[in-house]
Amino acid sequence: MANNDKNQQRQKKKWLIDPDFRVDRDPDRCIDCRVCERQCANDVHEYDEDGECMRSDGSSCVGCQRCATLCPTEAISIKEAERDYRPHGNWTQSVLQNVHKQAETGGVLLSGMGNDEEHPVYWDRLLLNASQVTNPSIDPLREPMELTTYLGRKPDRIEVEEVDGEPRLKTEVAPQLKLDTPVMFSAMSYGSISYNASLGLARAAQEKGTFANCGEGGLHEDFREYGDNVIVQVASGRFGVDKEYLDAGAAVEIKIGQGAKPGIGGHLPGEKVDEAISQTRMIPEGTDALSPAPHHDIYSIEDLRQLIYALKETTRYEKPVGVKISAVHNVAPIASGCVRAGADFVAIDGYRGGTGAAPTMIRNNVGIPIEFALASVDSRLREEGVRNQASVVAAGGFRCSADVVKAIALGADAVYIGTAALVAMGCHLCQKCYTGKCNWGIATQDPYLTRRLNPEIATRRLKNLLRGWSLEIKEMLGGMGVNAVESLRGNREHLRGINLSSRELDILGIKAAGE
Amino acid sequence: MNNRKNNPLKPNYPDEKEMSGCAISGIMSEAGNCFSGREIIDSIANMHERSNGLGGGFAAYGIYPERSEHYALHLMCADEQARKAAARVLERRCVVHDDEPIPIRPMDSITDRPLLHRFFVDVTEKEMEKNYELDEEDVMVQIVMEINTEVEDAYVFSSGKNMGIFKGVGYPEDIGRFYRLDEYDAHIWTAHGRFPTNTTGWWGGAHPFGLLDWSVVHNGEISSYGINRRYLENFDYHCTLRTDTEVVCYLFDLLLRKHGLPAEVACQAMAPPFWSEIERMPERKQKLARAVRQVYGGALLNGPFSVVVGHSNGIIAFNDRMKLRPMTAARKGDMLYVASEEAAIRVVCPAPDELWYAKGGVPIVGKLKGKEHGEQRQKSTATEKEMAH
Repeated sequence: MANNDKNQQRQKKKWLIDPDFRVDRDPDRCIDCRVCERQCANDVHEYDEDGECMRSDGSSCVGCQRCATLCPTEAISIKEAERDYRPHGNWTQSVLQNVHKQAETGGVLLSGMGNDEEHPVYWDRLLLNASQVTNPSIDPLREPMELTTYLGRKPDRIEVEEVDGEPRLKTEVAPQLKLDTPVMFSAMSYGSISYNASLGLARAAQEKGTFANCGEGGLHEDFREYGDNVIVQVASGRFGVDKEYLDAGAAVEIKIGQGAKPGIGGHLPGEKVDEAISQTRMIPEGTDALSPAPHHDIYSIEDLRQLIYALKETTRYEKPVGVKISAVHNVAPIASGCVRAGADFVAIDGYRGGTGAAPTMIRNNVGIPIEFALASVDSRLREEGVRNQASVVAAGGFRCSADVVKAIALGADAVYIGTAALVAMGCHLCQKCYTGKCNWGIATQDPYLTRRLNPEIATRRLKNLLRGWSLEIKEMLGGMGVNAVESLRGNREHLRGINLSSRELDILGIKAAGE
Repeated sequence: MNNRKNNPLKPNYPDEKEMSGCAISGIMSEAGNCFSGREIIDSIANMHERSNGLGGGFAAYGIYPERSEHYALHLMCADEQARKAAARVLERRCVVHDDEPIPIRPMDSITDRPLLHRFFVDVTEKEMEKNYELDEEDVMVQIVMEINTEVEDAYVFSSGKNMGIFKGVGYPEDIGRFYRLDEYDAHIWTAHGRFPTNTTGWWGGAHPFGLLDWSVVHNGEISSYGINRRYLENFDYHCTLRTDTEVVCYLFDLLLRKHGLPAEVACQAMAPPFWSEIERMPERKQKLARAVRQVYGGALLNGPFSVVVGHSNGIIAFNDRMKLRPMTAARKGDMLYVASEEAAIRVVCPAPDELWYAKGGVPIVGKLKGKEHGEQRQKSTATEKEMAH
């Protein structure tokens, strides 16, 4: 692009849309090494040949911090741009920005990652219990502490027969997924994230005895060796779905909804569909991969049942088949319907769940918090006497091990983490996944960018994250005086609420602190 | 609602589970010989320091040989009105063969006692027709639950056949004398002395807890109570007594009576081996142990406990899987002794043939000769009769 055109475009952009970030460069520290220029896919930094110095243009900066992190002399700092609008509680700067953007483009506002609004995080309003005097706390460094979790349909009871004076199991238990720790990697498709990121997730899952969900983009041939630790997804676009794909995974998940964008489909732009992705997804190279909003063979619950059983038949009833739904207002009866339709596990994705791309308005306004959704689903399934028939997996914005422990106490068998896993691999939450210009090499297919993510390092960091969280979960369990995760599961006696209305306490099924 | 301090039928704090330390003891004759309550009183009295005078109780099996075919319901009622209300429920759903006040001996140390009354009943034919999908015992459970949840100030604390629970607020040895247990003969006795940190002065809070012919005496705190309770709700057991011991009792009823599991397997569900141990088991054992943990995760009793569970044909004594509470056992001839402390056994059996300390999670099972709990349930009447002598 000729320099003039570029300048003109920048001036046009600057017309009403303010930059989100300001780039501060300390000229005394800058050595003009041009690392920042090479690292930035958004063309923020540029070497000025005439002035023999680096120049930066904050208007296209997304705040991913890649340049600041890699600058060898710490010359760069990226700060939120200060604006001098008159403060207004309703017409905040981000609201004004959005109006300006849409006035200029006439388009739909897009976002990546999860809801960034300052809604209450209910995990922070739940507090955990610990033992004192009347029962001993348990030290996980010295005593066994069990996190092993089995996901799948359980019978209500087992039958035992006596053979040669010893009891023998008569009941055939349905297929189960064995998790060494109750944390799995949430669905992230190859396409939305890079090959190396997908590889890191699959490897870490295998090495830590848990599962990575491959998302709706098929399973690359290279990842099939990790199949025993992969949950393969069947979504409305059916990308990459054939018998070999279903057989390759340890379990199948039908994706009905996603917490970040309940009720709408997905769109992977054609630019991202290179040869490998086209083969994995089984679509022509360069074409847009469009996932319809609904599955066009599921217009009601009886149709879901047919798909569940079609998948079970295909996989010879050897694998659990689950259903992922987003947390919407009537999530409890929907989950109950899924269980009755034959789902072996139900994954519920709360409104803080991440995404590669979603309309901002949908992301920030549709769906409900996972805390409430999970509590009401667990209670409903118990009331209906079907809780044993399916496992419940919670997803949507899990940030730390304490969130996981609280979710298990509310009733989850396990949780899915997506954003936390991406952050472990280097994501700085700039929320621009949909641009395909991820400077950290995660949410991009640009070979120049993807090779920045070393899959070995990604694997190691993900394993470290799981290890750290698992150790913390064990400490918290021990403090509560239990040594097996099943004694925490659904055990709301170990939770107390603060800053919650009595209605909210009722829905969560917990008592207030001090009660 | 705050003025609960002196009501023996209401806990004075709304805590969901009890927190207490305790003494437990059990004595049985596996040959089925009956003996008076003196021994068990002496045994539990020897652990006086383990209780604090806020609860004691006993379960005795084989005490009503003449009325062994009927359910013996022991009730505590706040007053005559409550007793009548409970009696109305029983008259509606049962044939009442006999009823009388439970005999007591006045004791200075036992005060604030509720009205104690027993009924000998059978479920009516009509009631059985109405609940054709249930067996008689399920209907009896329903009736007990109806009185305990619907009738104000009346509470059934014993509901088995040819057995009875006797409990109240006081030191256990005083409670034993108060109920004149030295005048009863039984082939199984269990006892409990309580050291609660809450629900003081509540007669209902004393142990044993019973349902049908199950009785549970329990030392410990169950940290998994919250999920055990919710798990039992799936199977229509509703915990009303604000104590974790109640869940032990219902779990035994569920696992042994309803699911028909052998005692060892039921205990494995409640105090399972660690996964690492399961991985090392031979295949057949491993398959069973894994399924038990997968399916009965909600029945795992986690936290420190030792319990003695009594039923018509024996006792099951067991500890949490890490053995965080004490339990000693001994045998002499056909007699089996289990107690929190060795001293409580030695005081009534100074020279046992063998004496050992229970392992975590491994049940000590005392069986009446030739009887298994599972077998006996199906053909209840005949067996009960036989068993009563």
